[in-house]
Amino acid sequence: MTTAKTLYDKIWDAHLVHATEDGTSLLYIDRHLVHEVTSPQAFEGLRNAGRTVRAPEKTIAVPDHNVPTTTDRALGIKNEESRIQVEELDKNAKEFGIHYYPVDDVRQGIVHIVGPEQGWTLPGMTVVCGDSHTATHGAFGALAHGIGTSEVEHVLATQTLIQKKSLNMKVEITGHLHPGVTAKDITMAVIGATGTAGGTGYVIEYCGQAIRDLSMEGRMTVCNMAIEGGARAGLIAPDQTTYDYVKGRPHAPTPQQWDDAVSWWQTLFTDEDAVFDKVLTLKAEDIEPLVTWGTSPEDVLPISATIPSPDDFDEGKSKAVSRALDYMGLTPGMKLTDIEIDTVFIGSCTNGRIEDFRAVAEIVKGKKIKAGMRAMIVPGSGLVRAQAEKEGLAQIFTDAGFDWRLAGCSMCLAMNPDQLAPGERCAATSNRNFEGRQGRGGRTHLVSPQMAAAAALTGRLTDIRKVL
Amino acid sequence: MEKFEKLTAVAAPMSLINIDTDMIIPKQFLKTIKRSGLGVNLFDEMRYGDDGSEIPEFVLNKPAYRNAQIIIAGDNFGCGSSREHAPWALLDFGIRCVVSTSFADIFFNNCLKNGILPVVLPPEQVKLLMADSEKGANAKISIDLVSQEITTSDGDTISFEVDAFQKHCLLNGLDDIGLTFEKSNSIDEYEAKSAPLRPWV
Ligand code: SF4
Repeated sequence: MTTAKTLYDKIWDAHLVHATEDGTSLLYIDRHLVHEVTSPQAFEGLRNAGRTVRAPEKTIAVPDHNVPTTTDRALGIKNEESRIQVEELDKNAKEFGIHYYPVDDVRQGIVHIVGPEQGWTLPGMTVVCGDSHTATHGAFGALAHGIGTSEVEHVLATQTLIQKKSLNMKVEITGHLHPGVTAKDITMAVIGATGTAGGTGYVIEYCGQAIRDLSMEGRMTVCNMAIEGGARAGLIAPDQTTYDYVKGRPHAPTPQQWDDAVSWWQTLFTDEDAVFDKVLTLKAEDIEPLVTWGTSPEDVLPISATIPSPDDFDEGKSKAVSRALDYMGLTPGMKLTDIEIDTVFIGSCTNGRIEDFRAVAEIVKGKKIKAGMRAMIVPGSGLVRAQAEKEGLAQIFTDAGFDWRLAGCSMCLAMNPDQLAPGERCAATSNRNFEGRQGRGGRTHLVSPQMAAAAALTGRLTDIRKVL
Repeated sequence: MEKFEKLTAVAAPMSLINIDTDMIIPKQFLKTIKRSGLGVNLFDEMRYGDDGSEIPEFVLNKPAYRNAQIIIAGDNFGCGSSREHAPWALLDFGIRCVVSTSFADIFFNNCLKNGILPVVLPPEQVKLLMADSEKGANAKISIDLVSQEITTSDGDTISFEVDAFQKHCLLNGLDDIGLTFEKSNSIDEYEAKSAPLRPWV
């Protein structure tokens, strides 16, 4: 008799190369995604040791963090350190013979958007990348997580990773979401409930009706922020929605392989009597459109709420709240909907996909953004950009006053020219609101794409349900 | 990672206590795309003046110690951040062994990952080695990892402790990648077994 297994257990077992008694295991890696920031030392290490990339055909590189997103980027990257990092990736990709989407390739984009889009990410795989938001790929029922530079080198050289197994956590979202409430609100609600360390030591499996109802884009948004809750990875069991998304993509299984692939994928679910080490259940009906007010993703509240006071928290957190409110320039008791913003950023690996843009277009169509507002909408890949142009969305955005950009990480983090100035306040669809994340002294409020669109129109944080 | 068996070299005395990772390699040198090349900026702020010229009094600038491969250090060497740039800079300069009464924990492990042997000794013995190293270039110190013994320029021997597994890794030049390479057969077998099962991977 076999014991009941979780989805995580099944993927783990299918990739175990070697295990020692103390639980240290060697796990086979099916896909290794690489970007320009965390890889140069790893490639250099290989070179110095006279090693090669063991499986170049399973290794995919794309520059994203440093690339400018303005249409004149063909002219080159001005910041020297950024330019060198990108050039280094060009060189390494060529030297080691790995798949590569250079800056001028239409398929270039944020690594976590390009992987799924090109069919590299498939159910049941192990996927790693030197980037914490690798969790995104868990939406396909792939075990996906971020790794450090030494580990990047280890995977390049051996196609394996030394790991100890995490615990299993189940996050169930029952029922149905209200209109105006999105995948982003689900994932922020979970972090709000568990805190940023609530998932530490766990791999989360998201399940329940509200998760099943999500598109692949929405599922990627949910898994993207698993890391913000401290979890090693987030997973969603594959189903027909997954197969439909994957089918026909450039690196998906061939028509000859397809039936075998689907039969294996159909075994990738948590057995009925499998045991989770921790369980969280939320009702979809209880989730409201959310917004962060502080400098940690757990500082999240419904848009209808008011700014909390440091006194509402216990001692350790209370100090952090005072500091956060000071940094954010907010006072306790203030209504969230009274917070005025001057910048809107729609994009990132959390919300830079076509579905996000369709939702934004629906809200801003035929309208104008608030005068003086800087509103930036940045596709997650060149193909998302092309698709949005084909569907007429790009025209809707520019007519409304949005700046329609080329693909990249953009204002998600201050590593490229798209940054906040000190004191600027931004409604952003990205995933981190840390001090200085979008630029020194910049103030970030994390929201869904719909909420960001509404904020662009009104110039303040806005309850999307009043706009719909 | 380079093997470490036996090393006979000049040792530089640095009796200052609490030398932290920022002193070993200051922050402005971290935006590099390389692990190598940090050696010129090792101890940058102690080593160079504002105009970039060498400070003659700094030990590694003295003719006798320019080729030192060992550092005899004061207490608590390597405290501060977890960045691997500190051992990278030491190694790039040519340092393969640091002796002290104590090391910061993360730094200690980062040294081992990069082929540098950190040796912990009681204060009297560190003092003895410090005095020996102060004699300059003619006073070479030998470190034998196999027999776990240090021999001073006068022929005195001092034995030291080292974790058996870490000793094995250093002697054989095994970093994590090296260790995993020892299991190459298992990886080959895994690939051979899984390829027909999931040919689309
Ligand atoms: S979009 Fe932001 S979170 Fe995503 S990979 Fe880029 S920098 Fe990281």
